[in-house]
Amino acid sequence: MVSPRRQPLAQIVWAILFVAAVAAIPVLNRQTAVSAGPGDSSARFGFRLQDVARDAGVDFVHQAPTFDPQLNHIMPQVASTGASVAVADFDRDGWQDFYLTNSAENSHNRLYRNTGDGRFTDVAAQLGVAEVNRSGTGVSMGAVWGDYDNDGYEDLLVYKYGRPLLFHNDGGKAFVEVSERAGLPAWVNANSATWLDFDRDGRLDLFIAGYWPDGVNLWRLETTRIMPESFEYANNGGRKYLLRNAGGGAFQDVTSAMGITSRRWTLAVAAADLRGTGYPDLFFANDYGVSELYANEGGARFVDVADATGVGRTPKSGMNASFGDVFNDGRLSIYKANISEPGVLVQGNDLWVPKTAGGSEYDNLAPSLGIDLGGWSWGAQFGDLNNDGTLDLYLVNGYVSAGERSSYWYDFSVIAVGHSSIIGDARNWPDMRGRSFSGYQRKRVWVNDGLGRFTDVAQSVGARDAFDGRAVAFADLGNRGVLDVIVANQGGPALVYRNTVAPGRHWIDLELEGTRSNRSAIGARVEVTWGGRTQRQDVLAASGFSAQNQRRLHVGLGASASVERVSITWPSGRTQVIERPAVDHLHRITEPHD
Amino acid sequence: MTELTGVAAAGPLPKGRQWFRLDNRFLPPLLITSILLTAHLSFGILEGWERTGLAIVTALVTEAALGRITCGKWPYAASAYITGISVGILLRSQYFWPYVLCAFISIVSKYVLRFRGRHLWNPSNLGVSLVLLLAPDTVSLLSVQWGNVVAPMVVIWLLGSVIVWRVGRFYLSATYVASFLLFSFVRAAESGTPWVAAVAPITGPMYQLFIFFMVTDPKVTVRPMWAQCFVVFLVAFVELIFRLNEVVYAPFYALCLVGPSALLVEMWLDARRAKIQVAV
Repeated sequence: MVSPRRQPLAQIVWAILFVAAVAAIPVLNRQTAVSAGPGDSSARFGFRLQDVARDAGVDFVHQAPTFDPQLNHIMPQVASTGASVAVADFDRDGWQDFYLTNSAENSHNRLYRNTGDGRFTDVAAQLGVAEVNRSGTGVSMGAVWGDYDNDGYEDLLVYKYGRPLLFHNDGGKAFVEVSERAGLPAWVNANSATWLDFDRDGRLDLFIAGYWPDGVNLWRLETTRIMPESFEYANNGGRKYLLRNAGGGAFQDVTSAMGITSRRWTLAVAAADLRGTGYPDLFFANDYGVSELYANEGGARFVDVADATGVGRTPKSGMNASFGDVFNDGRLSIYKANISEPGVLVQGNDLWVPKTAGGSEYDNLAPSLGIDLGGWSWGAQFGDLNNDGTLDLYLVNGYVSAGERSSYWYDFSVIAVGHSSIIGDARNWPDMRGRSFSGYQRKRVWVNDGLGRFTDVAQSVGARDAFDGRAVAFADLGNRGVLDVIVANQGGPALVYRNTVAPGRHWIDLELEGTRSNRSAIGARVEVTWGGRTQRQDVLAASGFSAQNQRRLHVGLGASASVERVSITWPSGRTQVIERPAVDHLHRITEPHD
Repeated sequence: MTELTGVAAAGPLPKGRQWFRLDNRFLPPLLITSILLTAHLSFGILEGWERTGLAIVTALVTEAALGRITCGKWPYAASAYITGISVGILLRSQYFWPYVLCAFISIVSKYVLRFRGRHLWNPSNLGVSLVLLLAPDTVSLLSVQWGNVVAPMVVIWLLGSVIVWRVGRFYLSATYVASFLLFSFVRAAESGTPWVAAVAPITGPMYQLFIFFMVTDPKVTVRPMWAQCFVVFLVAFVELIFRLNEVVYAPFYALCLVGPSALLVEMWLDARRAKIQVAV
C-alpha cells in the first residue's frame, strides 16, 4: 500500500496513465491503415495505372435494375448489384476479351473483342450474347467462362436474378443458347457462379449460388417479407445448385446428394483445392452471416468445415471470395470483403491464412497485414501489379453514391439491429430518400512488400475513381507481360486501367490447356520457383465478386532473370515439371497425354 | 456497467426474497457471463475469445493494482469483471488494443475522475464512449441480433428483469424502456420512418446490456428514487436528441453526459443544503 503521504503522487501517476491511454486511442486508430502519399508512382511503387476505357472504345455504362414499386423506398439497396466483368480469349486469337453485364430490363450486355491494337469492339449483339435481359426473364448479375464441352472454346454462363443462361461457343464465331438442353434451373436469384471439376472426371461442372430465395420474383412481389431475417444470422436466402456435367451437354442437379444445403445469402463463390487433396473445395462469402467452406471429400460429397477451420465463426457481410499466395509459401489464403464504415460498423475484411498446408485451421491476418479496412468492400483480386514477385491486392468499394451530403447509415443502423419480424419485412425499412450509403469511396490498391505488410497506393498510382465499384478483373490486355485492370461499376462506366510497370522487372506467363483434365485447366495448381521463393497460382473460374480474371497465369519475378522450375499439378492429378523456362515469355502448355 | 453488485452487497437479503439463496453480488456477473456464453456458443457473437479475455484480464489487473496501491486493499473483483466482460461483448474490432485501452480507461476512470469522493461516470460507459469517439475507423459496437429467433431475446429479458428486480433496480430499467418507447413515437413522426423501425434498436442485445447493466448502476446515480427515475428519463430524452441528429451510439453518449451532470447537480444541492443548515 502507498503511504498516505504518497497517495497524491499515486493519484497523479494514475491520472497521467489515464490521459496517456486516452491520447493513445486516436494515434493507434490512425496507424491501422497505411496509405501512401502522392509521388512518382512508377518510381516508388513500380507501376502506374491510367484509365484508357474511352480511348480503347469501351463506352459501357451499367444500368441498375428497377424492381417492384413496393421496394421503391429502398430500391438503390436491393438493386445494388449486376455490374460484372468476365475475361476470356473467346476466339482463341491470343488476345484477352471481356464480357460486361447490364442489369436494367431490356438492356444489352457487351462482349468486348480485343482487336490487338489497344482497342476493343463490342461483338455481343453480332455473336448472340447481348439481349439476355429481356423483360420477364430477369436481368444479368454476372457471367463466367468455361469450356464445358472441351472443344477448345470458352463457353459462357450468364447468371441472373432470373433464368440462368448457358451459351455454347461455336468456334469463337457465334454463341448458341443451350440452357434448356443443359437442364439449368428455371429461375435462380443468383449473384455468383463458378465452374469447377468437383469429381475430376475431366468435365467442368457448374455451381450457381442463390442470393434471394428462388420463389421471389423481384418484379412482382407477392409479399414484402423478402428481406433477410437477420443482419448477421440470416438463413432464408437462396438455395444453391451444384450441377454435374453428365456429358453430351447435359447437367444433373446433385446439390443435395453432395451435401450442400446452404440457404445463406451468398454473394461470392470461388473454388480451389485449399486442403491439398487434389479436389476443389468451395468457399462461399455470405452476406448477413458466416462464411461457408465446403470441403470436397474425394468428389463424393461436400462437408461444411467453416466453423471447424475458423473461417466461418464470426458473422459479417461477405461480398468477395478470392485466393492468393500472399507469402510466396505455397499456401492459398482467402480474402473476404466485408463492410467498414467509420463510426458506425467496422467489420473489417478478412484474410484467412491457413496455419497448415492442409488448411485445417485458419487465422485472420488482414489487420496485421493492413488490408482489413476498405470501406463498403466489394470485389477484390490478387495479382502482381508491379512485377516485383509478390501478390498485390486491388479492392473496389462503395455501395450507393447519391446525395453527397446525406447518409442513410443512421437509418440502416436502426433497422439492422431489429428482430427478424422487423428487419425481414421491406415495408419496415426506412426510406432512403436519395441519400448516399457508403458512397463515393476511394479504392484500395494494396502493394505487398513481401515482408508481411501492405500499403495502399491507389491514389498515388492512379486508381482515383470514386464510382460504386462491384467487380474487378485482371488481364494482360496488350500481351505486354503486365496485369491491366478492368473495373465494373454499378450504375457507372466500366473502367480499363492500363498498367505501366517500371522497367527492369521480369515476368513469366503460363497458359494451360488440359487433355485428360478439363480443357480450360480450371483447378490446375502451378508453383513457380525462382530466386529462393515459390509462388503458387491456381487456374480459377470465378474470383472476387461477379468477376473472372484471365485464365492465363501471370507471375512477376522482380529483378530475377531466371526461373528454376515450374511445377504443374493438373486437375486430373498428373504432375509436370518444367525446368528453367524462359522468362519474359508466355508459355502455352498442354497437359501431357501419358 | 459495473456497480450493480454494490446494492445487494450493502445488506442482508430482505425477508421473503430468501427463496433466492444465491448471494446477490454474484447475480449480475452470473447473468452477464451466461448471456455471453449462450450468445457466443449459439451464435458466435465475438470476434474471438482472446479479445474478450483480454478485456477481462485488463480490467481485473488494473482494478487489483489500483485498489492495492491507492486504497491498500484487494478490491472486490466482480465489478471489474463486469466491466471487462461488458467491454469484451460490446466492442467490435479486429484489433486487440481497443479492448485493452477501453478496459483500462474504464477502471482507471473510477479512481481518477472523482469529485467529492465519488466517481462520476459509469466506468464502461465512459470507456466505450471514448473509444467509439476517438477510434471510429477501427472500432464499432455490438449492434446486431443474437440469432433471429424470439426465444433467446425473451429469456434474456426475463432473466435480466428478475435479477435487476432482485437487486432492487427494476424500476430504473422499466423507466428507461417506457421512456424509449414513448420517444420512439416522436422519432418516427419526426423522421418519417415506420414506428417499428424506431423501436427496432431496443430489440437488440446492445440495449439489453445497456438497460440491465448501465442505467442501473447505483454508484453513479442520484439518491432519491424519483430522481433516479427522472435521470433515466433524461437519458432517454438526450438519446432522443442524439437520435434525431442521427447519432448511431446515442444511448451511450446520452448516459455519458446525463449521468455525471445529474450527480454534480445533486452534490451542489447537497452542499447548498449543508450550508443553509450550518447558517441556521
